[in-house]
Amino acid sequence: MDVLQLLVSGLANGCVYGLIALGFVLIYKATEAVNFAQGDFMMLGAFITLGLTNEQFWGLPFWVSVPIAILCMGAFGYLLDMLVLRRMFGQSQVAVVILTIALGFVLRFAAGVIWGHQPVSLESPIAGKDVRFGGLVLGLDEVTIIVVTVLLTVLLYFYFNRTKLGVAMQAASQNQLAAYYMGIPVKRIHSLIWALAGAVAAVAGILFASKGSIDPSIGLLGIKAFAAAVIGGFGSLPGALLGGIIVGLIEPFASYYIAAGYSQIMPYLLLFLILVFRPHGILAQVHRKKV
Amino acid sequence: MNALTDIAARPAAAPEKAVVLSVRNLESYYGPIMAIRGCSLEVREGQIVTVLGANGAGKTTLMKTISGVMDPEKGQIMYGGENIAGAAPDKVVRKGIVHVPEGREVFPLLTVEENLRMGAFVRNDADGVRKDEEMVFSYFPILAERRRQAAGTLSGGQQQMLAIGRGLMARPKLMLLDEPSLGLSPLLVKEIFQIIRRLNREQGVTMMLVEQNAKVALEVADYGYVMELGRIVMADDAKRLLQSKDIQEFYLGVQSEESQRGQKRWKQKKTWR
Ligand SMILES: Nc1ncnc2c1ncn2[C@@H]1O[C@H](COP(=O)(O)OP(=O)(O)O)[C@@H](O)[C@H]1O
Ligand SMILES: [Mg+2]
Repeated sequence: MDVLQLLVSGLANGCVYGLIALGFVLIYKATEAVNFAQGDFMMLGAFITLGLTNEQFWGLPFWVSVPIAILCMGAFGYLLDMLVLRRMFGQSQVAVVILTIALGFVLRFAAGVIWGHQPVSLESPIAGKDVRFGGLVLGLDEVTIIVVTVLLTVLLYFYFNRTKLGVAMQAASQNQLAAYYMGIPVKRIHSLIWALAGAVAAVAGILFASKGSIDPSIGLLGIKAFAAAVIGGFGSLPGALLGGIIVGLIEPFASYYIAAGYSQIMPYLLLFLILVFRPHGILAQVHRKKV
Repeated sequence: MNALTDIAARPAAAPEKAVVLSVRNLESYYGPIMAIRGCSLEVREGQIVTVLGANGAGKTTLMKTISGVMDPEKGQIMYGGENIAGAAPDKVVRKGIVHVPEGREVFPLLTVEENLRMGAFVRNDADGVRKDEEMVFSYFPILAERRRQAAGTLSGGQQQMLAIGRGLMARPKLMLLDEPSLGLSPLLVKEIFQIIRRLNREQGVTMMLVEQNAKVALEVADYGYVMELGRIVMADDAKRLLQSKDIQEFYLGVQSEESQRGQKRWKQKKTWR
């Protein structure tokens, strides 16, 4: 049973990494920029939910706070692109990357000012409960994380493959110029992608905050998620999730079987190996942009 | 449009047709580089108008400026009674001008069918879109066979057909075709130009056709312009251009003594691809 529980808890962590990685890849595919504040988006989503839900702050019902927080983060992503990033059009992607790194610091600082730097717990109805499957006892939080991630993946799959706007998002990321020629509003699509990345980050944040306390520095988890995105093949959405799950699974098993101190290195060792032996990632799409 | 009357009316009525697109004194830049240097031309309804010129003459830039992907510095693009110079590309597509770009530019990972649907992005009439998809398949049956295949796996000729079909899905009044013959075998070029002519006659799509392959272009076109270094340097009926000595020498490869001495600049500038 030990192994099964390790598996489930690793899977749950991996889902959170995977969702953050998904945000990285969404934005990278659409705009060729990397949003290094993606982890801090997750943190902000978690804290907005906490601020709305916890008695100490607004005390709204959890199920009311969740959609509000997701919408807030979506709006945040949209406006960030529309008001800031769109003005940087024509500058190198490095400028955008540096801007997102700086934004991460600002968000961490702002969250600290508003909600404090001490670890706090989200008053979530799924926190600290167990579910039993026969003899197997699993945390409700972990099971919920896995289920929600699966549902979200299915939802996103249908969105990107079955809706006109979703396919247009793919089109714009595959050939931006051709998208312009077809009258696809590429700029608005970029803003919508940022909105989607913000919303997905909020979901990841809420799930993460449901299984432990949070503080403004949890956004640094984004680094692990970034590694996950690279492992999965930066540019593939299923790859991002898979990479997240791989990193999530390696961690508990490494710390179980390998001496502490070495075990934490494992995700990065894997990252290193992937970069050396399969530089386009596990699920890289075999397609290069024409020169 | 009525295909029969269109064909019947063609030989005599050409000069009287209404002007659908009128470009006046257009100037476009890439940063400090002036690529279009005061270009003026007209496209009349129902016609195929070709713009010839060597590589680097500014043909693609001219089309990009018309379709709104580039903004001109000066000049007007009169279409449907208004100046669309500097309009956003989606607005231009909605007004009925669609640009089929040089080098195909399909969406490589989307299927053939999804590519076509993206051509109809600005439309909201689902039934009409479905009908037009069948219309495109009737002109390009190979696309129907490959409808679920990723566009990137198609051959060059099939991708060109897809690019044209995708453009048709926007239901354009005016189609800007940038070098549809690029990189295709002579046989395929012939096939594609036959379809272009049929689309013009049967679907009533006015065409502005950019080509380096002057012979095939002039054979299907009603009217032709020759562009050099961002300017129009010659304009005439396609038939007359085809007979013209300059065109024969510099674009059709008919040798004369004078051209072998090769003192004219446009000859030296020319590079075939
Ligand atoms: N993206 C670009 N940046 C700078 N200069 C360009 C660019 N594209 C084209 N040019 C220049 O503009 C001129 C016209 O190019 P283009 O319109 O592509 O010619 P054509 O289509 O007739 O071959 C050329 O001198 C070319 O070098
Ligand atoms: Mg060109």
